[in-house]
Order: sequence, then structure tokens, then C-alpha cells
Amino acid sequence: MSAVLQDLVNQPYKHGFVTDIDSDVAPKGLDENTIRMISAKKNEPEWLLEFRLKSYQAWLKMEEPAWPNVHFPKIDFQAISYYAAPKQKPTLKSMDEVDPELLRTFEKLGVPLHERMALAGVAVDVIFDSVSVATTYKHKLAEVGIIFCSMSEAVLEHPELVQKYLGTVVPTGDNFYAALNSAVFTDGSFCFIPKGVKCPMDLSTYFRINTEETGQFERTLIIAEEGASVSYLEGCTAPAFSSNQLHAAVVELVALDNADIKYSTVQNWYAGDENGVGGVYNFVTKRGLAKGVNSRISWTQVETGSAITWKYPSVILRGDNSVGEFYSVAVTNNYQQADTGTKMIHIGKNTRSTIVSKGISAGRSNNSYRGLVRIGSAAAGARNYSQCDSMLIGDQSGANTFPYIQVRNNTAKVEHEASTSKIGEDQLFYFAQRGVGAEAAVSAIINGFCKAVFQQLPMEFAVEATQLLGLKLEGSVG
Amino acid sequence: MIYQDSKTLLEVHGLCATVNGIEILKGLDITVKSGEVHAIMGPNGSGKSTFAKVLAGHTAYEVTGGSVLFEGKNLFELAPEERARAGLFLAFQYPIEIPGVANSEFLRLSYNTVQAQHGREELDPLEFDDFVREKMNLLDMNHDFLGRSVNEGFSGGEKKRNEILQMALLAPRLAILDETDSGLDIDALKIVSQGVNQLANKDNAIVLVTHYQRLLNHIVPDFVHVMEAGRIIKTAGKELALELETRGYDWVSAEHQAAMATV
Repeated sequence: MSAVLQDLVNQPYKHGFVTDIDSDVAPKGLDENTIRMISAKKNEPEWLLEFRLKSYQAWLKMEEPAWPNVHFPKIDFQAISYYAAPKQKPTLKSMDEVDPELLRTFEKLGVPLHERMALAGVAVDVIFDSVSVATTYKHKLAEVGIIFCSMSEAVLEHPELVQKYLGTVVPTGDNFYAALNSAVFTDGSFCFIPKGVKCPMDLSTYFRINTEETGQFERTLIIAEEGASVSYLEGCTAPAFSSNQLHAAVVELVALDNADIKYSTVQNWYAGDENGVGGVYNFVTKRGLAKGVNSRISWTQVETGSAITWKYPSVILRGDNSVGEFYSVAVTNNYQQADTGTKMIHIGKNTRSTIVSKGISAGRSNNSYRGLVRIGSAAAGARNYSQCDSMLIGDQSGANTFPYIQVRNNTAKVEHEASTSKIGEDQLFYFAQRGVGAEAAVSAIINGFCKAVFQQLPMEFAVEATQLLGLKLEGSVG
Repeated sequence: MIYQDSKTLLEVHGLCATVNGIEILKGLDITVKSGEVHAIMGPNGSGKSTFAKVLAGHTAYEVTGGSVLFEGKNLFELAPEERARAGLFLAFQYPIEIPGVANSEFLRLSYNTVQAQHGREELDPLEFDDFVREKMNLLDMNHDFLGRSVNEGFSGGEKKRNEILQMALLAPRLAILDETDSGLDIDALKIVSQGVNQLANKDNAIVLVTHYQRLLNHIVPDFVHVMEAGRIIKTAGKELALELETRGYDWVSAEHQAAMATV
């Protein structure tokens, strides 16, 4: 029976194609010259070059973290190319100037770039390898004062905002991969929602790695001023290469008084083949600063791809009464490894956080939840609720939970619940006896298991996530 | 009830089956016709529940001999879900819990799958809700059951009612009730029995697997079979159940052995 289950979760990866497009790829290797080259290509101001070089110096002195429950051969950082961009005109006046091959690529991925064809109500920024190739609805958003553009553009057009906030949530020397990103980041999305503005549509960034042996190092910065709110979506795919690709992103969110940021991710990087060859190393630092009173930052992630995932979207709850949320579904199969979770750092009074994590492991994969809840001494009345559930499929997969709880204020209330379950033969037989085949049964069980997280996703994404799990379950049944 | 022009639903000849290499069924014969109610009784370990699970197609059991025809077709050529869609229903002795899957979703998925198989109309969630509530009233079931996960946190009696609810929804040709009476108090037993009686008609058949006579006070069988060591060793009318209640199983066994010795 477990063989049937294995077949069910051995889905084909549908985004594994490579786009044949002329690219400008930097030679492999990393030194100060590489960084100067990236900075020069982007016409960056001097302060940003200094930010990069300072990060590089910090990175040189750092060691890769050894504590995650993942195993892989040591990465040769000199064997990676740190910049790749499709060759085209440096600035685009309209969508019609985008290389048609790129448009076709994204249409194939289900991300239409023509606004008239785009999903109603979603603005999209598209990152192809190291550069942003298109941003839709930019002008419409500008009418209400919202800035939504690529990071490169923001650096040139709104340097004061970027300089004010960049690196304030994830400092340059925060960790090994964040330091690397700070030194070599190429593009990413920038969002600024001014005081009192509720963003009228969902904002979305779609990331695509295309070139082999390049790293993708994007940097995203979202700022919601007093009373502003925004819902932001992120999707990612990559071609199937037999070599591993490095993806080390940094995402920083800042919410001022009464602001609300909801950040949703569907991560479907190439996961490697059934023997564990290839796949993306996804080493990402995501952190939100709930800086103002009554602010709220909510992370929702559906992690299905990548050979290795190392990712802890976190919230620093500095403002009094601020709220942090983390809803996660992580699915691993074959030889995938995931070590993911969150950190909720309670600093302000009456701060509240909720963690709901659902891990599903199949094949020979290993799926770990790692989470920190820290209640600082000033965080009177802070509350946290954590729920971490694991589901095992087959008998060769592993699930672990590593909760860290540090409480320094005795008025705080922290709750942690955890469970492990297994899709059993008897459950499938029960479904079968009621006429329901194994494929539909597993789908019902997994969707039921993930319901609490899927409910948090915006509508378009909830559909995509359900379909993605459906793909994971697509297979040959008897 | 026995009808003159009834059709044969189930024909079992010399059925042998093993679990983990141990032979449990050793040449079982039984024939069930439409309209009939059969009771299979017998001591623990005689193979009653194994028989029920083999018919339903549980993968832990291996069929090693004999034949089973269901409405004239070889049952073993059908996967478990195909047997269910063809109208074979098993009310489980220990209904399994499925956390996270709402009972309403499960029931609708099952109902619509079977409906689709027969080319009948599938119901959307709202239509199904009306339909299922009506069926629940028959079983005096609280409508809260719909929103809860399948069997999760249900009491023994609630699980059994949920089984009969599924039987009512799927309207099977042949329903096998595996110790549905165990774990029921007397009131629940009455309600469940009434439900089963209302579902019985001349086109379907019911096989009750039970230890106790008390269920048979409420659902009156046309035939009572006694199982021992993987075979049916005696078949008679409903009065046999009462005799078993007072005399136990040993005399049936002794009678059977004597009969075998004279052959």
C-alpha cells in the first residue's frame, strides 16, 4: 500500500523547461570586483556599493550555519555566477517591448504579463534570473501613492526610502546567507504603501531562475506606513537542472502604527529528481518588523519545491499590541530536505503571535519544523499560540519538531501543541469502501490537514496551492 | 424477508483466506438473495469479521481459494472502491478516524462518487446538506456531526450511527454490518435497528455479523448461520439465535463433528 502512496506523491515537475534566450551572464566567482561590477551594471549610488562591500567583508568572516537538520556537500561559492540577465533594452516603456520569448515563458508558467490578460486585481512584478523584467499596474498604483517596482528601479528613483529602510530588519551581518545576499543581491521587489492607504489590489512577484549555475539573490523590501495595508504574493519556479542552484533571498517588511502586511508565498522551485539529483538550495531570510502600535504582520507559506529549504519567516513584535502570524504548509518528497519555521520575538506589551505549521513528508524526505518564541522582559501580557502538525506518508520519511521557547515575563501566556499522524492503510481502505479511490482519498486527507493554512491564502493563491498539491498527488493508481 | 422471485446477490463457494500467512477462512459457503436478512454468529476467532473484510477487499487479507460472485460477477476482479460503487457496503466494527476531513465533505465525496458511477445526479454542497439532514433525522443524529472530522472524537455509538447514515446515503445492494451492535446502549441499538429496518427492501440484502441475540430482537433475520474455524457449520431460521443464546455454541460444534464423523 505504501507503494501506491509513493506513486501518488511522485508528481512530474511541470515548470522544468529552460527558456532559450540570450543572456548576459557574469563569469563565475565572487570577489570585490564582482560586487563592483554588479553595482556598476545597475548604476547604483555610492552608499549602496558601500553597503554591499561592508556586507561582503562581514560574510568573509562568517561560517555557514551547521545547526539546521539538513545535509548537503559544501557549496563552492566561487563556482557560481552572481549575475545573469536576459539581453534586451535597458529600460522598457511598455509591456510591448518585453522580449516575446519572455512573455511566452511566463504565460507558460501561468503568469500573464499583459495587463489586459492579467488576473483582475493583481499587480505583478516579474524577476527573471537577476533582473526584474516587468511590473504591471505600476501607474494605476502610483495614482494612490503606492510605489511598486523592482528594487533596482527603487534604488534609482526613490533612494531616500531604500536607504532609510534597507538592512534595518535584516542587518547585513545577520547570518551567513543574509550577508551574502546583502553583498550580491541583484533585484527583487520594492513596495511602499503610504500613510492611510489600503492597497486596492494584491501585489505579486514572480521569480524565475533560468540560467544554469547562477545564483538568485533577490532582495524584497515592503514598507507600510501608518494605517496602510497590503497583501503581497510571491511565486517561484526554476528549470530542472542536474546541478544545484543557490537561491539566497532576503525579504524585509516594516509595518508602522496600525499598518497591516500580509505576505503569502507559494514556493515551487525545482526539487531535484527522484534520486535527489539537482534542485534548488533555498536559503532564505525573511523577517518583518511590526514596529508600530497595533501593527500586524502575517506570513503564509506553501513550500513544495527546492532540494533544501532553510527558511524562517519571522516577526519582531516591537509595537505594543502588535500581531505576528505564521501559517505554513511544507511538503517534501523523494530526497527533499526542509528545515523551516518561524521566530516570534515579543518586545512590546500585549503583543500576540500565532503559529500554525503543517509538515507533510513522503519518500525519503526529511521535514523539520524549527521555531522560536521569545517573550522579552518588557512584553507584559504577551501571548503565543503554536500548533505544529506533521504527517508522514510511507515509512521512509522523517518529521521533526524543534520548538524553542524563551519567556522572560511572567504575565505572558505561551501555548504549544504538536501532533504527528500518518496516512494509514486503514484510512484509505475506509475511503475505498465508500467508493472513493486512493488518489481522491489522499487528496481529501491532505487538503483537510492543510485547511487551516489554505484558509489564510488569498483566493487566487488558494486555488493555485490546492492545484499544486493536486499535482504532487497526480500519479498512477491501480 | 424471503421472496419467491428474488435474485441471487451473493454466492460464496469454498472461500479460503489468510492473514499474515495464517489461514482464517477454510472453505466458507453462503448464498444471499435479495430481500433477505442473514445473521452470522459464532465464537470469537471463528472468522466472521475476516469474512466481512475479505468481501470488502481489505488488502491485509489474501484469498487463497474458492469463489465469490456478486450479482453474478467475480467479486475478486474488482478493486475495493469498485466493489463499493457496485453496491457492496461494509459497516465497520471499528470505524476509522480521519482527522481534518469534515464528515459532510467525506459523505458528499462518497455519495457523489457512487452517484457518478451509476450515471445519477451529483449534489452540490447545499443540495447535499438538505439531503443528508433528512437522512440524519431518521437516525436521530445531531446535525453537528456534519461539521466534525470523520469519526474523530465520536463515541462508540456515534461512530456506529455514522456508519448506518452512510448506508442510508449510499443505498447499497448488499450491506454487511460487522458487529454494529457492539458498543451500543439499548436506546442507540433501537435507533440503529430502526434505521436498518427502514432501509431493508426486496431489492437489497443485509448480512449481520454479531455475537449477540439482542440485535436480532430488533432486526429479525431470515437465516441464522453459525461459524466455526472458518466455515459455516449450521444454518437455520431465526429460532436458532434464541437457542444459541441459552445453550451456547458447543452443542453446534459437537453436532457438526458427529455429522462429519458419520460421513
